[in-house]
Amino acid sequence: MIRLLLVLLLLSGPASAEKIVAGLSQTRVSITADFDGSEILIYGAVKRESPAPDGRLDVIITVEGPQTPLIIRKKAQRAGIWINRAQVLIDAAPSFYAVATTGPLSEILSDTDDLRHNITLPRVIRAIGISAEAENAPDFVEALLRIRQNEDRYRVMEGMVQLTEATLFRSDVVLPANLTEGSYKVRLFLVRAGRVVATQERVIGVRKEGLERLIFTSAHDQPLAYAIVSLVLAVAAGWGASAAFRLIRL
Amino acid sequence: MQLYLPIAEVSVDAFLLLGLGGIVGFLSGMFGVGGGFLITPLLFFIGIPPAVAVATGANQVVASSVSGVLAQLKRKAVDFRMGLVLLAGGMAGSASGIWVFALLTRAGQVDLFVQISYVLFLGIIGAMMLQESLRSLLRSRNSHAPVRRSHVHSWVHGLPLKMKFRASGLYISVIPPLLVGAVVGFLAAIMGVGGGFIMVPAMIYLLGMPTKVVIGTSLFQIIFVTAFTTVMHAVTSQTVDMLLAVLLILGGVIGAQIGARVGVRLRAEQLRILLSLLVLAVAGKIALDLLLRPDELFSIMPGVLP
Repeated sequence: MIRLLLVLLLLSGPASAEKIVAGLSQTRVSITADFDGSEILIYGAVKRESPAPDGRLDVIITVEGPQTPLIIRKKAQRAGIWINRAQVLIDAAPSFYAVATTGPLSEILSDTDDLRHNITLPRVIRAIGISAEAENAPDFVEALLRIRQNEDRYRVMEGMVQLTEATLFRSDVVLPANLTEGSYKVRLFLVRAGRVVATQERVIGVRKEGLERLIFTSAHDQPLAYAIVSLVLAVAAGWGASAAFRLIRL
Repeated sequence: MQLYLPIAEVSVDAFLLLGLGGIVGFLSGMFGVGGGFLITPLLFFIGIPPAVAVATGANQVVASSVSGVLAQLKRKAVDFRMGLVLLAGGMAGSASGIWVFALLTRAGQVDLFVQISYVLFLGIIGAMMLQESLRSLLRSRNSHAPVRRSHVHSWVHGLPLKMKFRASGLYISVIPPLLVGAVVGFLAAIMGVGGGFIMVPAMIYLLGMPTKVVIGTSLFQIIFVTAFTTVMHAVTSQTVDMLLAVLLILGGVIGAQIGARVGVRLRAEQLRILLSLLVLAVAGKIALDLLLRPDELFSIMPGVLP
């Protein structure tokens, strides 16, 4: 037994002097008719084989929703009216992105490690291929960040991870009501003196359930039948209201 | 009460949707317009994605039109024969409209084209109706003024293929209603609406139909046009949100019943003045959106470039 542990320790190598052990309060989010957002507790601990090395210890947690292609358009004035002129295609941008940290990102994370792991919001978007069809594509990416931050889809929560005794950490991430279905990737980074020393990944499955699931799948699998059911519902409701009003003679 | 909409993928207050449906249904029952030109911008406004708003709006209009037609039917205010002739023209127009719409989508500026057509048609029709109904209101107040005959004989009455439309009290050629149906169907497909706001004045001013059968007949043919639109959207882009539609419909059918009853109590001129003001208000709002500098110059759309 001791031998086995020793072998494991040797295999894991010297880079894993500190490791992250993490858990989520839930790994599945069901979108039902009354879904109004969901709060996920992300918690964990730093596991050490040897005494903690020197340098500031920080934890960064990111939650990233499924990626979708987007078109960003910019309006310009032509002959007195505002119309869409330039546009930029973004191959894939996360539908949701939250980054929670123990301190200000600019202080706790070095640029090289941000570049390597794509942690901060501008990095996440820039990491994606942008087919530049407008002259100043960076303006469009900035606009995307601004609009999505206003919509609460993109969030920077600096100082929202609580780290206790450089060992235990926890953070709450609120998933908004306008969630897209798919796998939400949770990444945890242990940062010592600006450098990422350990990472960990978890996945939260977001799925429509019950009536939502039924409507969504039938709309996509049986579009014609779905359309006819929608029409029958509409006609029946129209007739029903008319009949009801005739009965009560308003 | 917040409700998550499965196709639109947003969470919206259920009572807000019931209320929106109710208001649009009320206007629809009162004026004989489907309400598509109101429901679609209103849904944009509360954050429903445009594609879902257009498709689901069409579904809602089916319900409120059925409810409205049944209320009119009791008063024998539906001219089925005229409705079918208009519909025949409408289907042909609608098919060609969908084709032109696809061409414009490929060319890019479809949003702009739709907005400009809204401003143009709503503006012109609203202004014409307002002027005409104000004039007739003044005339009815001033009994000394010469009364215009309800049926003015013009070149329209010299065309062949005459048909008797008993409910409308007309004996005219089928060519003008077919053409009116086709033009309205074409515009309706491009603008993504049922076309009642174009159809109603066209029936009154071009075909000379009596106002009391216009509303029922217009609603009758709108049912089929919007049903067709709903099926097209559901099959091609899966953008009809049934849950959203059911809530809008619940509010809408009740609103339409009340609207039809209020409409009976108002005089025809007053009804037309109100409708024209409403049409002008929507046109003005869209025109302002085009003319004023928007707060956010950028907009995000899902999907890939065509």
